[in-house]
Parts: sequence; structure tokens; C-alpha cells
Amino acid sequence: MIPAPLPANSDTWYGLALLLLLLAPLAIAGLALVNTGLGRSRSAAQSILGNIAIISVAVTAFALFGAAIAGNLPGTPGGAGHAFHAAGYPWNWIGSGSFLLSGFGSAPVPAQLALLFELWGVALAAIIPWGSGADRWRLAAGCAATALVAGVVCPLVMHWVWGGGWLAGLGPNFSLGAGFLDPSGAATVHVVGGLSALALVWVIGPRAGKFPRGGISTAMPGHNAVYVLFGCLLSLVGWLAWNAAGAMLWMNAPLTALPVIAVNTVLSAAAALGATLAVTRYRFGKPDASLCANGWLAGLVTSSACAAVATPVESIFAGLVAGIITPLLVELHELALSVDDPSGAIAAHAAAGIWGLLAVGFFAPKPGQLLAQLTGIATLLGIVLPLLYLLFALLNRIVPFRVDPDGERMGMDLHELGGGAYPEFVIHRDESYR
Amino acid sequence: MKYAGLLVMPAGFFLTIAALVLFAQPAQRGIFVVCGLAVEILGLVVAVRGHMPARGESQS
Repeated sequence: MIPAPLPANSDTWYGLALLLLLLAPLAIAGLALVNTGLGRSRSAAQSILGNIAIISVAVTAFALFGAAIAGNLPGTPGGAGHAFHAAGYPWNWIGSGSFLLSGFGSAPVPAQLALLFELWGVALAAIIPWGSGADRWRLAAGCAATALVAGVVCPLVMHWVWGGGWLAGLGPNFSLGAGFLDPSGAATVHVVGGLSALALVWVIGPRAGKFPRGGISTAMPGHNAVYVLFGCLLSLVGWLAWNAAGAMLWMNAPLTALPVIAVNTVLSAAAALGATLAVTRYRFGKPDASLCANGWLAGLVTSSACAAVATPVESIFAGLVAGIITPLLVELHELALSVDDPSGAIAAHAAAGIWGLLAVGFFAPKPGQLLAQLTGIATLLGIVLPLLYLLFALLNRIVPFRVDPDGERMGMDLHELGGGAYPEFVIHRDESYR
Repeated sequence: MKYAGLLVMPAGFFLTIAALVLFAQPAQRGIFVVCGLAVEILGLVVAVRGHMPARGESQS
């Protein structure tokens, strides 16, 4: 017998949403392991400590002032904001929530849950660029940049998409489907994080010896494939919870929709992994473990956009495309564009997220949805990326991002922490310093 | 060149927004939104080219 669907916003609904939100940080833990494993052994302790420090700074910055910009307190999700009127339309561009989380305890439960979701969201977005700056990004600079990303940029985009901002208003104001759809943070978390990674690698530059004169780029493989792949498995658990919670909070999905969302999430990741396995097998003769991890994550990121609106077959298709473009983009970055992104975050988070958001436009049934999704993507590329670059470039003048050459040669562990992650292991000489 | 690319990207965004405001027909809107995105991608390409380090520059 199939149980009758529970009404949305019942106590059971609240309880399940809270339970899912308590599982969602496993995605952050998984990504932290991926970041660490894809860096070098001489920077491993600094990398994992950096992940924890960045999560701490991110949640603090969001609590102090980010939540006010996101604008979900006080009130319910889709709450208050400052709007200006231009060309006859309202443009709600920034939230008018309360600072220092004032009123959080007495806010309605949906608003509290929405804020918790956003809190995890900024933490995840903030650690995405940390992997891209591996082996050269100073911890203090990483924390300072995190305060900007988690305290300003992420909340601003969250307000536009989830807080009743102008992107959410594309539906009622311009008859573009249901407005810009991003049920589980593909845009607000992953694309913002991935674009932060791109802005970072532009500002900080490549690792020493990565692009030698007169030759192809030097391979600097991650030091621990087991961390990376276990991080992928851990991420799956977090992502299942994340996608389900996002659909409940931002699309008011009933409990009966959650199994389909979970299946879509797994199928998207599985299809992406299969595609990346095939592509790397074809390109290099053997499957590549780190690229397969990137493919898996790209499938999960794509599912963050699609899982709540797509059918299982559409999820497989979305995952397949993500799994094909991710390894090709990583290769393009490294070999043609001289972009040194050790964790592959630009491809796995920014590109796959954009693809997922575009796919929603194809899969969602409402007319005009594709145009709404394209407008959202244009906003991310046209406003968010230049803004992130500007903020990082200015911050780099105040708090230099890059470690000095001796520190980079010595390794971030010894330079910044005074001790390595694996003190009893012999660390081999780096071939890139011949 | 890198700054030129980064300035072109917001220009593409404003083209997209202008399309939503100025046109009511979905086809016209669609064409101009895609044009706005194309301008952004052009800016992105210029920014990427501007940030490509000369080979050997990263060798310390």
C-alpha cells in the first residue's frame, strides 16, 4: 500500500528537513578530503587544516553579516529585500535581513531551516577554491578571501535566487517560467565556488615549475588517491541529503518526491563517472583516478540543479554530458590555457554547475524556463566572476595570497605549520625543481 | 587585455537584461539573451588569454 502524501510543512516535514540538513555537511567533509588528496604530500596538513579554518570563517562571516544580505531573517524563505525600480520593474537586489542572526531563535521554522541550508552552502562554496590554490595559497589569505566570498558574494547570489530577489522574480515579472531555478545550490554554491577558484588561480598564478619554458606542463599528481576517492563516496551521502533538503526548502517538494530526487542524484553521478572513465580510458589508455573523481563530483554538482526537476533518464543524460566535458576541460585548462587548478574545481563545479542549470531549462516543463536559466547563467558569468576577481585582486594587495618561493619549495606544511602531515615518511624530491 | 575581458563580461550581462526589458516576444528576447551570453563568453576568452602566463614565468 502506498501511504498518502503528507502535507508540506507538517511537523514530519520539518523533522525530515532538519535531519537531512544534519547529514548535508558530509558533502563538505568529502570535498575537504578531495582537496587534500589532490594536493601534494608536503602541503597535506596545511590543506586539511585550511579546509576546517575556512569552514569556520565562512559560517562566522555568514552569521555576522552574510545572513542579512541573503535576507531570509526575519520572516520566511523568500523574505525581505531592498528593491529599486527601473524600466517599470522592481529589482530586488539585496536582502534586508537582520545582522548577527538576531531574531533567529524566534523566526518561523522554515526560515531557520533555510538559514541552516545557506550556512552549509557558504561553507561548501568557500572550500571549493581552497583546493585550486593548493601548494601556494597562504592560510591567512585563504581565510580573508573566505570572509568576502561567504560574507558578501554567496549571500548576494543566494538572495537573488532564494531570498525573493530579482532572479527569482523573473517568473512573475517577465513571464519566464518559474523564475531562475536552482533547487540545491548549483548556482549559489557550486558555480560561485568554481568561479571563485577561477578568479583565484588568475590572481595567484600557477605553482612554481608547473609550466616550464619550452615544454608541456609538468604533471603534479595528487598525493593520495584514496583520500580523493573516499571523499567522493562521502560526498554522495551528503549530496543525497543536500539535494533532498534543497528541494523541500526551495521548491516545497513533498516527501513523496524525495525518493526520485535521491535516485536522480545517484544516477547523475554514476553516469558522469562512467562517462569520465570512458573518456580517460580513450584519451590516455587507462582510466585516470583523479579525473574520475572530478567526473563523479561534476555529476553530483549537475544533480544539484537537475535532480528535483528531471526524470531519471534526463538525469543520466545530464550526468553523461557532465562526465564528458569535465575531463576534457581539465585537460584544456592544463595543456592549452595554462590554468593551474590542482583540484579541477573550475571544471567540476563551475562548468558542471552551469551545464546543470542550462539542463534545467531543457527539462523543466514551463515555457520561458530556458530563458530564465540563461539569464541566471549570464548573471553568474557577467557579474559574479568580475566581482570575485575584483575583490580577490584588491585583497591580494592587502593580504598577499601567494607564499614566498622558499615556502613553496619547502612545502606549505613546514612553512606555515612547522611540521608535516606524514613526519615518518620520506618525502621524495619534486621532479619539477630540477 | 585581462582587464578588458573582465569589463566586457558585465557588458554582456547588461545586454541580457536589456533584452528582457525591451522585448516582449520570446523569440526576440531569446536571440538577445544569447547574444549577451556570447559577448560574455568573448570577454571570458579575452580574460583567459590575458591571464595565460608566458611559459617559464612560473619557474622560480
